Amino acid sequence: MNAHVITEFKKGMKAALPVVIGYIPIGIAFGILASGQGLTTGSVFLMSLTVYAGSAQFIAAAMMAGGAEVVSVVSTTFLVNLRHLLMSAALSPYMKKFPAGLQSVIAFGITDETFAVSENYAQSNEPSEGFFLGLHLASHITWILSTVLGAIFGASLTETTKWGIDFALSAMFIGLLVMQLKDSKSLIVSLLAGLLSLVLKMSLKGNYNVIVAAIAAATAGVIIERWNGKQS
Amino acid sequence: MERKTVLIIMAMSIVTYLPRVLPVLLLSRVRMPEWFMRWLKHIPAAVLSALLVPAILMPGDTVDVRLANRNLLAAIPCFIAAFRTKNLFITVITGIISMLLLNLVFSLF
Repeated sequence: MNAHVITEFKKGMKAALPVVIGYIPIGIAFGILASGQGLTTGSVFLMSLTVYAGSAQFIAAAMMAGGAEVVSVVSTTFLVNLRHLLMSAALSPYMKKFPAGLQSVIAFGITDETFAVSENYAQSNEPSEGFFLGLHLASHITWILSTVLGAIFGASLTETTKWGIDFALSAMFIGLLVMQLKDSKSLIVSLLAGLLSLVLKMSLKGNYNVIVAAIAAATAGVIIERWNGKQS
Repeated sequence: MERKTVLIIMAMSIVTYLPRVLPVLLLSRVRMPEWFMRWLKHIPAAVLSALLVPAILMPGDTVDVRLANRNLLAAIPCFIAAFRTKNLFITVITGIISMLLLNLVFSLF
């Protein structure tokens, strides 16, 4: 590694700070809940190492505790994590010049939070491979350590719902969403997605409401933009 | 660790990795139209909102907008903290503490 890559790597690790700080309480919360739902510390470690997706891990732990079938847990995970498809696509222009092997490594670390940081950074900088690696490594290590820590301590805590920890995931979504609200268009898209998702959830089984509502609302956003563009 | 657990985790890791890696590998080799990139910009807010709204307004099987809905009540200080600080950590801690206090208050009645 040359000096430039190391400087960029450090820059990425520094940029990871808000993600790291956000992951600690959420990771601990996941560890506590998962161990309360019967997952061993080893399983929590393995899941955080190989799956590395907060909301899907919360949902999967709950489903596994309820004795759900393999196919049902895995297909729900797939649907919940399909949103990364769109985040990965949005980041792809910045990784165009990287070799495929490096792209495959960096892509593993794309999460809601690291995406928000990279997107924000890319608005005024050209993110390099070192930047992505530093950001993703720091974030992933924090996630693994916090979830394992939570699992170790979780065994000594009972009735985690009493402590408010079960609200950690919704609180994280609120924080991430507010950071995405940059103008009235993003507000309209969000309200539309939320409302549609709620209506679909009432009428559909499973987790399809999220993907259908998100795609419809984003499409509406583009249409609104085009319409506004023609008016002015 | 049970075999079923390991099997679930391994399968989860595959179905999670594919949507992360495929667009980067494929799209960086093809030029995407401008409208598509604008569409993508709306996706994160749309997905987050689509996950969040049912989680808050539909804690059970039905929509609940009563004051007894703790998720709804806890979301209010959480949103205020998020708008004021734009800080994920403070927002999450605000959410957990709000829910903790609500649980304490509700347990009194």
